[in-house]
Amino acid sequence: MDMNFILDSIPIYGKAAWLTLWTGAAGIILSFVTGFICALVQYFKIPYARRVVGMYIELSRNTPLLIQLYFLYFGLPKLGVMLSGETCAVIGLTFLGGSYMAEAIRSGLESVEAIQFQSGLSLGLSKSQVTRYIISPQAFLTAMPALLANAVFLIKETSLFSAIAVKDLMFVALYQLGNVYKTEEIFLILIGFYLLILLPLTIIAGIAERRMQRVKYGV
Amino acid sequence: MALLQIKNITKNFGDVVALDGVSLDVEAGEVVVLLGPSGCGKSTLLRCVNGLEEINSGEIIFDGNNITASGTDWRLVRQKIGMVFQSYELFPHLNVLENIILSPKKVLKVPAEKAVREAETLLARIGLSDKIKAFPRELSGGQKQRVAIVRSLIMHPRILLLDEITAALDPEMVREVLDVVLKLAKGGQTLLIVTHEMEFAKVVADRVVFLDKGKIVEISTPHEFFNEPKTERAEKFLNIFKFDNANI
Repeated sequence: MDMNFILDSIPIYGKAAWLTLWTGAAGIILSFVTGFICALVQYFKIPYARRVVGMYIELSRNTPLLIQLYFLYFGLPKLGVMLSGETCAVIGLTFLGGSYMAEAIRSGLESVEAIQFQSGLSLGLSKSQVTRYIISPQAFLTAMPALLANAVFLIKETSLFSAIAVKDLMFVALYQLGNVYKTEEIFLILIGFYLLILLPLTIIAGIAERRMQRVKYGV
Repeated sequence: MALLQIKNITKNFGDVVALDGVSLDVEAGEVVVLLGPSGCGKSTLLRCVNGLEEINSGEIIFDGNNITASGTDWRLVRQKIGMVFQSYELFPHLNVLENIILSPKKVLKVPAEKAVREAETLLARIGLSDKIKAFPRELSGGQKQRVAIVRSLIMHPRILLLDEITAALDPEMVREVLDVVLKLAKGGQTLLIVTHEMEFAKVVADRVVFLDKGKIVEISTPHEFFNEPKTERAEKFLNIFKFDNANI
């Protein structure tokens, strides 16, 4: 094990980890927004929009991210749309994550009993106020474990970004492997950095799940 | 003119007729108790008055306005017609105070401090001042239901609909909730109550309305209804609650 090589490489990986982190975070946040909008469309059974959302969800969940990324990075330029690798990465991740988030949020919304909605209405609140102040907070509480699991899943998916020349952790590792052949060291650093990003998220997910159970069932 | 006029309304759920030509007037300050076997349409009637169910025909006039006409803004109507449910339906993610002040703050745009002060006054009146920061899960059923009543009251409804509000409670808790309702009735609050508590109905009601199979069978004073019901159907219903002639 070449410790000097590992220590020397850390700054490069640090920079790549930052890229993984911000593209991942941007994708997760945009996925959440997309998912919330889609979930509301489905929850309120909005005509037509509901169909579009249904089709999007099927398309997004049944195609691999790699193909989605290739389409954005190599396909769109043929149609005259040139986007940077990072932009394609965030859009691709959002396209994938939006459907997963939508399903998690929808099941959260549906887990709140209809009479809670009626109870809010009977106090004179509007539908949107009931959704905002009564239904959504309860839905997110229920959906929190699934949402965080999706976030972890999406961060892991960022390792595909290297395929469209985004210089993330995986990209740097593949590049180094091709140049210096220090396989063990490189994979050790790679795994270390992914754990550094994902472990805190997983721990937060665990805490959130326990917290949610307490809010729901007392104790 | 009566505050609430229900005029010949019908409500169907598919082939099932839940309400079959029901007419009823409720005067301001009056306490009307709806009685009848389960499935007779009592709860459906309340839900129609609150716009939670759409009626198939007839009309409901509230404070001079036809609220079943198309284009009715139910949001405005519901500010004046409060409803309390059997299952309390407190919002589990909000504490007692937040549950109570949500609607005055968001609907009536009452300043937060003013809403809080009024909530404190109302909670004191039902003896739950110490629970102001508690979450619904920390309350007993009776306490939850009292909070739910206060949550409706803070909107100053012209009429309050109580839908079997003690049906999910232990006997001791029934009492604490009914005492609150009794105080409201004495204070002149207009109430339309669905209940199975016969003794309570006797004391609280100005008029008793007996429904069966979606129709009003009998309207009378509680004294008349419980002592000499006019119809055989009502007599049969009342006998269910008597044990002295039970066949054992």
